[in-house]
Amino acid sequence: MPVDQVQAPQRARGTATESHARSWRGPGWGFVAKLLVMMLINAFGVTAILSAYQVGAWVVLGALVVLLVAADWVYFSRRALAMKYLFPGLVFLGAFQVFTLVYTGYVAFTNYGTGHLGSMQQAVDAALIQGERRTDDSPTFPLAVVRDGDVLGFAVSADGEVRVGTPEEPLGPVDGAEVDDEGVPTAVPGWEVVPRAELFTDAELQERVVELRVPVSDAAEDGSLRTREGATGAVYTSNLEWDPDALTITDTEAGVVYSPDDRGNFVSPDGERLPTGWYVQVGFENFVRAFTDGAFAGPLLQVTLWTFGFAILTVLSSFGLGLLFAIIYNDPRLRGRKLIRTVFILPYAFPAFMSALLWRGMLNSEFGVVNEWFFLGANVDWLGDPWLAKLAILWVNLWLSYPYWFLVCTGALQALPPDTMEAARVDGAGRWRTFRSITLPLLLISTAPLAIASFAFNFNNFTIIYMLTEGGPAFRGTSVPMGSTDILISAIYQLSGVQGGRADYGLASALSIVVFVVIGVISAVAFRRTRKLEEI
Amino acid sequence: MAVPYPEVAPPTPAGRRRWWAEIGWKYPLAAVIMFYAAFPLVYALSASLNRRGSLSGSTSLFQEISLVNYEALGGTRFWTWVGNTLLIGGAAAFGAVLMGAAAAYAFSRFRFQGRRASLTSLLIIQMFPQTVAFVAVFLLLIALGNVVPALGLNSKLALICVYLGGALGANTFLMYGFFNTVPKEIDEAARIDGASHAQIFWRLIMPLVLPILAVVGLLAFISAFGDFILARIVLTSEDNWTLAVGMYQWVSNQLTSRWGLFAAGAMVGALPILALFLSLQRYIVGGLSAGSVKG
Repeated sequence: MPVDQVQAPQRARGTATESHARSWRGPGWGFVAKLLVMMLINAFGVTAILSAYQVGAWVVLGALVVLLVAADWVYFSRRALAMKYLFPGLVFLGAFQVFTLVYTGYVAFTNYGTGHLGSMQQAVDAALIQGERRTDDSPTFPLAVVRDGDVLGFAVSADGEVRVGTPEEPLGPVDGAEVDDEGVPTAVPGWEVVPRAELFTDAELQERVVELRVPVSDAAEDGSLRTREGATGAVYTSNLEWDPDALTITDTEAGVVYSPDDRGNFVSPDGERLPTGWYVQVGFENFVRAFTDGAFAGPLLQVTLWTFGFAILTVLSSFGLGLLFAIIYNDPRLRGRKLIRTVFILPYAFPAFMSALLWRGMLNSEFGVVNEWFFLGANVDWLGDPWLAKLAILWVNLWLSYPYWFLVCTGALQALPPDTMEAARVDGAGRWRTFRSITLPLLLISTAPLAIASFAFNFNNFTIIYMLTEGGPAFRGTSVPMGSTDILISAIYQLSGVQGGRADYGLASALSIVVFVVIGVISAVAFRRTRKLEEI
Repeated sequence: MAVPYPEVAPPTPAGRRRWWAEIGWKYPLAAVIMFYAAFPLVYALSASLNRRGSLSGSTSLFQEISLVNYEALGGTRFWTWVGNTLLIGGAAAFGAVLMGAAAAYAFSRFRFQGRRASLTSLLIIQMFPQTVAFVAVFLLLIALGNVVPALGLNSKLALICVYLGGALGANTFLMYGFFNTVPKEIDEAARIDGASHAQIFWRLIMPLVLPILAVVGLLAFISAFGDFILARIVLTSEDNWTLAVGMYQWVSNQLTSRWGLFAAGAMVGALPILALFLSLQRYIVGGLSAGSVKG
């Protein structure tokens, strides 16, 4: 909010009789700008709240109401001065960091994942939809396939009224549609009617149309409209029946009653369960499974060890190399230090994900340049062998991160007090002695916190692992999607199923909690050492 | 190092030996290190100019100079990705700068209830990276997308919001320290002259802290530029991808990997970052070390 009022005192200076305090001219541009911004925010907020109400997202609705009221209070009250500056940041922090951390903790204790993806009501709807059949006596309607861009839908006419719907939007009446003699809609406002000829010639379109399912209403019990040939539609209803009072689903054909169990499934008396369930609290099961289940425990232990090994070795090697280079090249007698320095830090200035991908190509066993240039064309399988892949990752990460330490150590070396070094020399200390007893301890004081931060960063360095090896080569003889170079976060990524495949959000979140605990412990130790908390 | 040594080798044999032992050996070593540092990048440059468009077989550098790969970028979605990356990174950087500066101003200039507690909680929260909670981010965006589709999966706005969620934690301390170095007397003088808190913030403090704003903006941009995991989860359709997601896709499949395109794209994508970084390296490294003294 650029504020125009600051001009006021200068203008007032011309009229010497008037004091500064009197030159206030009411609300300035700042206030107007604030009003406009707040109007926009309120408009957006109210729209979002209405939308949340419509889809029945009560938690989101509650959060939105609280945030909107808080925003209005903060920006129109005179009391919440500091909050005026903190509020926007806190909203984002709260929603996208604090909430996600807490929510991870919640999901870790559920069986959220494939087969248990939503609430019980969603599971019921899914079950009813899956059980849908065309009953012999169900009526048929003249139907036309309509589309809007990529979205396909049906238009049907019944009792002289044309109704349109898509898989997302249940059937609803439209005005101004035209029908032919047989009642088939020929023109629907807002939609393009797909010509019958196109339907016959385009096999892919045919397939989509046959699979299309347009709900008759919001309630899953009412069934859906489907077509077999694109000219007539029939209502399909489920042979399953949901009893919301008894919380049971009854198969009306077979006469089987499915009732909910404590795992989030509908189960029949003989133990047959419906494929879709909902997520429920499962206590510590995910944690127990991660550490004791035969399929997980072994690979996970290896992954954990490698995570620590990778992070520690990366910090040690890059710190060591960077420090060594810094000591050697922090020498005012050298010529071209600026050029040397610039080329030394090139790998750090190059975007890390590109470097990792580049190395992935260079380390390729068949045509990679590393084998061709440095190993005389031998087919060393850098990324395919468990140990070589680990070595390759450490090597590439060393290449990526030594420049950081080179820069940090050079800075720290130049900041060392010259009189202390002078005193050491006067006392007769040799170079090695000076380094060990003066330089290194002083250097460690300023760089130890950075080393800890670097450890924490590399502990979760997903990018380099995923770009270079994707965690591979995969462990042999296990079914879990983990490999020899997976660190915890990349293993979590593979297990979670956010990229397709079988999703297991519960287990993934449980492992995220483990990572959080490790980071928390490291940070607590670091806190203690640097006493940062006391400095605030 | 008060003893003056000559920069070049003195003519006498003893002097030359001493020069080699003291300084001379550092030059060949520097050449080796420079080779280690630069050869992958030079190699990528060479591959990007190679018409055959693969890293294979191109054993000698710069055998040919052809811009075929660069022209071929136009036939892909590369420039869309560049645009997305600039948009997302720019918006995330802009938001991070504004929100971080506002928060730092509040913490530095106002004494309010819960100030210490908020600073401490921020310090603790920011240690737990968002990326580890990616499953929760994914689920949160699914839920939000049902209400406001613009904040759901496959929305650039949603990804910007996710990045902004990490802004306060990462930057407030860096900025807070810098804000504290601006003398309070300046504010007080302005207040006596009748300036409001907003005027002091926008007209006085912000121009004075410009260097830290630049550093924070650049760091936020670079971190959004380099992020893969969140971008990959949030942006599902190819038209919305950022460079990191798109270029990964180019080379992740061994059979169809398009190294020539990748090398050309890497040169184009990395050059601005490289230039920015090298010209601002002093500030960035200062910012990095100050920012990562997280405790």
